[in-house]
Amino acid sequence: MEITANWYLILSAALFSIGAIGLLIRRNPLVMFMCVELMLNAVNLSFVAFGDRLGDIAGQVSVFFVLVVAAAEVVVGLALVVAISRRRATTTADDLSVLRG
Amino acid sequence: MELLDLVFLIPAFPLLGFLTLLVVGRRLGEPLAGWLGTAAMAGSFVATVLVYLGLRGQDSEDRIFNQTLFEWIPAGDFSVDIGFLADPLSIAMCLFVTGIGTLIHVYSVGYMHGDENFSKFFLYLNLFAFSMLMLVLGDNLLLTFLGWEGVGACSYLLISFWFHDPANATAGKKAFVTNRIGDWGFMVATFLVFFTFGSIKYTEFLPAAPGMNTNTATAITLLLFVGAMGKSAQFPLYLWLPDAMAGPTPVSALIHAATMVTSGVYLLTRTNGLIYEAAAWAPNIIAWVGVGTALFAATIAIAQTDIKKVLAYSTVSQLGYMFLAVGTGAYVAAIFHMITHAFFKALLFLGSGSVIHGMHHDQDMRHYGALRKLMPLTSGTFIIGWLAIAGVPPFAGFWSKDEILLAAWDSGGVNGKALWAVGLLTALLTAFYMTRQVMMTFFGRYRYNDATPEEIGIAWDNRIAASQGDVDKAIAAQDAAKENVEKATAAIGTAENNLEMMRNNVPVAETNVENAKAALAEATDENREQLTAQVAAAENGVLAATTNITNGENAVTAAKGNVPVAEEAVVAATTKRTEAEAALSTVAQERDAAPVPADAALFGEPDVSDIEEFLPEDVAHRREFHPHESPWTMTMPLVVLAVLSIGGGFLNLPFSWNNKWWHHLEHWLEPTLAHGHDIAASGNTKFLLALVAIASGVIGIAVAYAVYIKGKGPKPEAIEQPILANGWFYDLGVSNFMGGPGRKLFEFVAWFDANIVDGAVNGVGALVRGVGGSARRTQTGLVRTYAVGVALGAIALIGWFVLRASL
Amino acid sequence: MVEIAVFAVCAAIILVGAVGVIAARNPVHSALFLIQTLFGMAVVFISLEAHFLAAVQVVVYAGAIVILFLFVIMLLGVDQSENLNIEPIVGQRFIAGVVGVATFALMLVTLTGSEDAITGQPQATGALGDELTDANNVRQLAETLFTDYVFAFEATAILLTIAVVGAVVLAKRTQGEMLPTPRNTLEIREEAYQARIDARAAQLEANAAESAAADSASSTGEADADLVEASGTGDETDGGDA
Repeated sequence: MEITANWYLILSAALFSIGAIGLLIRRNPLVMFMCVELMLNAVNLSFVAFGDRLGDIAGQVSVFFVLVVAAAEVVVGLALVVAISRRRATTTADDLSVLRG
Repeated sequence: MELLDLVFLIPAFPLLGFLTLLVVGRRLGEPLAGWLGTAAMAGSFVATVLVYLGLRGQDSEDRIFNQTLFEWIPAGDFSVDIGFLADPLSIAMCLFVTGIGTLIHVYSVGYMHGDENFSKFFLYLNLFAFSMLMLVLGDNLLLTFLGWEGVGACSYLLISFWFHDPANATAGKKAFVTNRIGDWGFMVATFLVFFTFGSIKYTEFLPAAPGMNTNTATAITLLLFVGAMGKSAQFPLYLWLPDAMAGPTPVSALIHAATMVTSGVYLLTRTNGLIYEAAAWAPNIIAWVGVGTALFAATIAIAQTDIKKVLAYSTVSQLGYMFLAVGTGAYVAAIFHMITHAFFKALLFLGSGSVIHGMHHDQDMRHYGALRKLMPLTSGTFIIGWLAIAGVPPFAGFWSKDEILLAAWDSGGVNGKALWAVGLLTALLTAFYMTRQVMMTFFGRYRYNDATPEEIGIAWDNRIAASQGDVDKAIAAQDAAKENVEKATAAIGTAENNLEMMRNNVPVAETNVENAKAALAEATDENREQLTAQVAAAENGVLAATTNITNGENAVTAAKGNVPVAEEAVVAATTKRTEAEAALSTVAQERDAAPVPADAALFGEPDVSDIEEFLPEDVAHRREFHPHESPWTMTMPLVVLAVLSIGGGFLNLPFSWNNKWWHHLEHWLEPTLAHGHDIAASGNTKFLLALVAIASGVIGIAVAYAVYIKGKGPKPEAIEQPILANGWFYDLGVSNFMGGPGRKLFEFVAWFDANIVDGAVNGVGALVRGVGGSARRTQTGLVRTYAVGVALGAIALIGWFVLRASL
Repeated sequence: MVEIAVFAVCAAIILVGAVGVIAARNPVHSALFLIQTLFGMAVVFISLEAHFLAAVQVVVYAGAIVILFLFVIMLLGVDQSENLNIEPIVGQRFIAGVVGVATFALMLVTLTGSEDAITGQPQATGALGDELTDANNVRQLAETLFTDYVFAFEATAILLTIAVVGAVVLAKRTQGEMLPTPRNTLEIREEAYQARIDARAAQLEANAAESAAADSASSTGEADADLVEASGTGDETDGGDA
């Protein structure tokens, strides 16, 4: 049996689903960010697997950019969490419902 | 060609002035802001002169220059450029608009001195000049309409310049609203032109006009005339112009006499190619409306007492002349009269402004008189303007008016003769009312010190009140005297009562004496001495009682003597009362007998010697006031305009011998006025008509002189009928109709608007609100709910891809 | 065979780590599980010949990003563990399960269901060479990055700069008074939310008490203890803020 790209893709899909579930059920924004990281990693994996299968370096380049964006997102997101925690007692995502219609 | 390229500068200067004043006007303040505005106008004038010279350099057929700045509205087949059309007509207009504009700017620097909104005034004036030049120079109907609306807006702003007085604000609104009716005509005409020719550019649709459908041409002509009626104040839309005199006088001179109100004439002249294609009755309507308005306004002008109102109605009347010329195809005459009218009417308005300025903003001519000694420059130039408008040769107005009358005479048939006759009558009336104005203002007796009829009435009231006071006092005195009589009578009664009591006392005293004597007779030695003393005392008592009686009798006599004295006093008081009442009735009689002070005051000062001390304080204030000549900034433009009013006629003299130099204006305008009417009348006829015109003018002047200076002929009151003073009650009638039966219609429209139109709008609003209110609930504000939405959306997308791939 | 073994082990590590991230009650544990996943991913990258990315995965993700997470967790308080037994939003868990399963199933279908799941052509310039060595991979990546993607690369540089500035602005402690906030609204909503949580907790407690009465199972007892602990910490932090 050979490990084809499909295996990696299935792994990627599983990882993505777990990340999505986590994002939906967790209330701690930090953990939610981690779930987003999981999903991004799943996408990274699929990029690299596709790149490998097509023999194209572009897949890895995309991962590079995703990494940068993820880093930026985490920086800003965590800064937001810190800023919110300064004003409020609790920092679960459900507490922040000022935008309720 | 290079000079012609400067045409864009003509409106650019006032625009620049406007923008500069907009930004820094308040900081510049007085008088810098005024001089800046003046400089902008002067620059525009110089540019116009340069363009004029450039145009002169061309052959007469090539004197048309179109400069397109940029494409303004490109919309499919419909395309409008910002472009200028410099041809003899537009440049002739520009020359006098910028020239007179500059003069009036200079004048305004003096006139608006001390006004708190000094810079704003020049801001508006420059904006007006820009709009007016866009109107004149625009190379298509829409651009002209833009300028048309621009001058309308400036007119509104300037009429209600002193908007703190509600009357001024109302006058502005009236002008604005009335003009909307005319603008409707202009707009529909523009639509029709585009519909017919596919273009609204003058250089494109006018050459295409020959051979067009007569009905269309008639419709366009009449609609354009409706527009012109509004802007140029023709019957029935003239209503706003007399009210527009609420604005500052330079505004009246520039906008409501010289430039803006002539734009209707300009519009019709510009589109003369279309009028030529219209059915013959359409221009005839223009001619009749014009001459009718001229006569109508002239009759009203006769009875006005406000110096500016006379000029306002005179303007309406003169504009009517121009439409008469347009209607009879004499476009050159129309433009000629427009130019000369701009000269002399601006002069007259500015002169009246100078008078008003010198007379403490009193505009009533009845309070003027003999001002020529106090304001020599103003009166001299005003008299020149008067001679010009009255049609006295060789002043400017005579030549242009004569040409219009000639064209009317020459337009053929009874119709033409009738037009001429009405025009001639108007000329006579013009000479009359202008002479009346000049005589009332500059000649005759100085009347500013006079008490007005109202003030005399107040004085009489005061005097009667004083007499009444005297009567009241006499009545009070009489009553007091009568009371005294009663008191005296009552005193007699009291004295008699006293006397009676005293008489009764005597027997009592005598009894006492007898008793005392009897007691003495039985007396013992011990008390004899004491009883003897008692007898003596009792005898004294009798004596005293007797004395009292005498006194009482005296008192009664005295009291009786008082009564006649008091009665005499009553008689005296009654006499006084009668005298006071007689005096009161005398005063009342005197008042009734006193001459009713009206225009009779023209010939003699009202006799106020009887009531001198009762006159209101205003009179005293006025008597201390001395009218003065205006500063040089105001008189300089007057002098320049006076020179133009004298020489303006030489632009286009009717003489046909010699070369074309005499017909300068006609020759100049020839390329743009291809469809003018050629005069067929012979030289002799022309000469005869001119003589008749001069005669009518002279008659008008002579009659007015006789009536207002010599006091011969009919009394002024007989001429100045209330119906004329009130403008044939036309204005009032319109107001009453609009406020009465017409109002119901508007109320219905308002109801429709409030319920149907607003209902639809509010209904949509309520619907959106309702939907929004329900949709609002989907927004929980919880980020995880939104994440669910995103996830479900992503799933739906992937599902769609899978489905599409498998199908 | 080694390949399969490596993949199987890595997959297990990754998935266990991922489940750990979403299941751990304490965020510190979540972060540690995340590191586990990232390491597994790095090994997978190596097996896919992406050596540079594997290194970056370890250095940047595990070394920098997760450390940042941990730093913030420590800053905000380690003891803020979450009560996973309560779900305030009705149906959220169910929808989450549906979403997870549906995503997985659909992606399986998309990725493996058909032969041409992967479409497109390899680029002529960026083709992976036959001889793939470490040096080659880094060199290729660099060449591509600095030629074809140089503008995107510069854009990411700007993005990172902006992110840093933004983070500083957001996290900076303002001098003097705080900016005005709709304090009342927030407080009211917080109270309402807390009331909902309390009600739910009370209900669960009642249920637990009932079942405890029926059979004294140890798991429910633990849940009760957790609940009490959670509400206790909440009160403490409230007091601290005030």
